[in-house]
Amino acid sequence: MSQTNAAALQGPWDIIVVGGGNAALCAAITATEQGKRVLILESAPKHMRGGNSRHTRNFRCMHHGPLSVLIDSYEEDEYFDDLMRVTDGKTDENLARMTIRESEACLPWMEAHGVRFQPSLSGTLSLSRTNAFFLGGGKALVNAYYATAEDLGIGIFYDAEVTHVNIEGSRFTHVDVTIDGQSHRVEGRAVVLASGGFQADLEWLTRAWGPSAANFLIRGTPYNRGVVLKDMLDQDAQTVGDPTQCHAVAIDGRAPKFDGGIATRLDCVPFSVVVNRDGDRFYDEGEDVWPKRYAIWGRLVAAQPDQVGYSIIDSKSINLFMPSVFPPVVADTLEELAEKLGIDGAKLKATVEAFNAACRPGDFHPTELDGLATEGIEPQKTNWARPIDTPPYYGYSLRPGVTFTYLGLKVSETAQVSGPDGPLENVWAAGEIMAGSILGQGYLAGFGMTIGTVFGRIAGREAAAHVN
Amino acid sequence: MSTEIIQEARRQVEICNACRYCEGYCQVFPAITRERAFADGDITQLANLCHNCRGCYYACQYAPPHEFGINLPAALAEVRADSWERLSWPGGLARTFQQSGVALAAALTVGFAVIFATMQALRPEDGEGFYAYMSHTLMVAIFAPAFLLPLAAIAISLRDYWREIGGEFPRWSHLVDAVKAAGRMRNLDGGQGQGCNFEQEDRFSNKRRAYHQMVLYGFLLAFASTSTGTILHYGFGMEAPYGLFSLPKLFGVPGGILMCIGTVGLAHLKVRADKSLGAARVWGGEMGFIALLFFVSLSGLVLYAATGTAWVPTLLALHLGSVLAFFLLMPYSKMVHGFYRFAALVRDAQLKA
Ligand SMILES: Cc1cc2nc3c(=O)[nH]c(=O)nc-3n(C[C@H](O)[C@H](O)[C@H](O)COP(=O)(O)OP(=O)(O)OC[C@H]3O[C@@H](n4cnc5c(N)ncnc54)[C@H](O)[C@@H]3O)c2cc1C
Ligand code: SF4
Ligand code: SF4
Repeated sequence: MSQTNAAALQGPWDIIVVGGGNAALCAAITATEQGKRVLILESAPKHMRGGNSRHTRNFRCMHHGPLSVLIDSYEEDEYFDDLMRVTDGKTDENLARMTIRESEACLPWMEAHGVRFQPSLSGTLSLSRTNAFFLGGGKALVNAYYATAEDLGIGIFYDAEVTHVNIEGSRFTHVDVTIDGQSHRVEGRAVVLASGGFQADLEWLTRAWGPSAANFLIRGTPYNRGVVLKDMLDQDAQTVGDPTQCHAVAIDGRAPKFDGGIATRLDCVPFSVVVNRDGDRFYDEGEDVWPKRYAIWGRLVAAQPDQVGYSIIDSKSINLFMPSVFPPVVADTLEELAEKLGIDGAKLKATVEAFNAACRPGDFHPTELDGLATEGIEPQKTNWARPIDTPPYYGYSLRPGVTFTYLGLKVSETAQVSGPDGPLENVWAAGEIMAGSILGQGYLAGFGMTIGTVFGRIAGREAAAHVN
Repeated sequence: MSTEIIQEARRQVEICNACRYCEGYCQVFPAITRERAFADGDITQLANLCHNCRGCYYACQYAPPHEFGINLPAALAEVRADSWERLSWPGGLARTFQQSGVALAAALTVGFAVIFATMQALRPEDGEGFYAYMSHTLMVAIFAPAFLLPLAAIAISLRDYWREIGGEFPRWSHLVDAVKAAGRMRNLDGGQGQGCNFEQEDRFSNKRRAYHQMVLYGFLLAFASTSTGTILHYGFGMEAPYGLFSLPKLFGVPGGILMCIGTVGLAHLKVRADKSLGAARVWGGEMGFIALLFFVSLSGLVLYAATGTAWVPTLLALHLGSVLAFFLLMPYSKMVHGFYRFAALVRDAQLKA
């Protein structure tokens, strides 16, 4: 790093924000608008800035009537009920309701800081009332916030990994940050931790999940390695959330190890039979409409040998779901398809034939639970069970794709982090790193960005008030 | 060549179709989501529909160095430039002029030479104003074919384009839709009026849109000026030179000024923009074309300002020479983009309906 940059790094700063995603940017912008000198330390290089936030497409927003691109209304109770359903009640009601109520004010704030919205994307009509989509997606949102941050004079350093957050007693004093291979100590009067989860640290995942985690794909940024979270755990910060759990969905097995993002999702499962490496079916593919079952298939596939599954359809179904990023494997016979996929042909054929024989006549409705179920096989397929018999046949491989981890810092309603002896005076946290405080398990589409925006703004406001 | 670049664009378009985040920026993405499989003609159509606003590049989480390597503005620009060359008639001429500013300059020089030589050889006995240096009949004899034949060549290319993309007979409403889109340069407005991402990376700006429209409307005014001049000449027997408050001048002078400002602005932005988000191969030709348009408009204005001075014959030759080069190069230079874009907008209006 040049001398001028090294001098610039030293500020002096009122508030240091660790991380460069949505939560970090919301906190930094809010605090700067309170007249504070703010530094953002982002471990990714500039072209990869923005963490998992750059992969997002929308945020979930409460509203009493039509608001920007959102239609009708979406009230607190309905929002809360939706949340309780996906988390099986493992939700901090107080924090959750506060987050939901605050979400309404977020949308105009986001617009005022450069974010643009668009009507829900084609193929996602079901979200047009509840989720506001970002024009251009999460990277456009992140770009807009960085432009705002630059205009506000916020100090921004890329390729800057924070390795240690120094706490003395109940006070934060400085961070250690590595830039160009060199460690620097940067002091600040308060710190906001917004460095995401630890899902990109495969060793950590392996410790939590066992060796199978080596086969998991990470849907988002390779930079969320939980370095800061671990450092805080080592200093006995209070935590929340199951350390052995992560949110995983089934994605295309050919997706890149990191950063495959949303386009690697596969929506063909309900119209298919899914077999494992050995050619056996293992779960009801037609249990519910896909958006509701999307999230369980990560776990299901993770539990199979080699953590892989194969979704098989025939030409009747190829146009029934959103296209996916990789073209399917195609063949005229099931044996040939199996060979191309790398599984046993005779076995796949036998499994599909048994499935076909268990299919019953009836009306097929791709967009609703049609009750077209198999009879006499295990596991049963309870909807959309049509024989797989019309070539060409198509196959996709499935792998677990990790979205985020649940273990995080426990925060108060004001986003304040606690140490072993109670609240830390000048440490706040926002975003994925504290999401476990609200979301004990499961996930509600668009809620991650809501948590980040709400708590980012709170953390920025509280930190600014503290350094006054 | 063209199969490879179409294949690459198709690969990217298919990824976009699985992602769809950029749906709100322009007409290209809604056109993508209407399809599942993309024939070569579909890709050519998408390429000509893309206005290279670059919004989708800066918003893309899969932009290089990501292994998906999405750079849709560049991929479509390559297909577009290639399609103009491939479909140009007579074949092959376009490649040179699309790519090379030097070739354009050479053509310009030839234009000058032709006009100078003709003026030398066929100097009229009498005549007023410009016609003292070149008779009206001679001007018409040179410029009518120099204008109409290239237009005919473009018409042939467009017919081939229309076949390739499977276009149907256009209805009035399709044309109206296309005129509206082009008239407001809707596809450079970022979907919400914030503009495009050309000269200042991920920040939006309406500068390119504004300069482009200055050139477009300036050009139309200049065209109106020539047309009204022709009508006055043949319809009313009123011959040039025309005064400042005549129709040809009321159209021509503001038109020329707009084109001058617009071309300078576009060139300035083009220098600052990232070359790798367009078809880098044709950058020189595009710049050369902007320079040529600038020269045409500036020489026209200067010529008018110099009325009555001894500079007129030289300026007249320079202006007419550049106009000649411009006309003859219409099918083979960046000028042709306007015709293809318009056709693509008409086709998209059909498909939307
Ligand atoms: C593919 C995908 C799609 C998603 N889609 C949606 C969606 O549509 N809607 C939604 O609400 N949620 C979505 N989510 C979840 C959402 O991404 C997260 O909830 C949200 O982005 C979290 O924001 P954040 O700011 O806390 O973390 P991030 O955006 O991940 O930011 C963390 C930042 O910290 C930086 N960092 C990490 N460690 C360090 C360190 N030691 N030093 C310095 N910096 C560090 C990282 O580089 C990064 O910039 C999606 C997630 C994925 C993976
Ligand atoms: S350009 Fe990138 S972000 Fe935009 S639709 Fe295509 S893949 Fe998605
Ligand atoms: S460059 Fe602009 S016009 Fe072209 S596809 Fe991308 S967003 Fe659309």
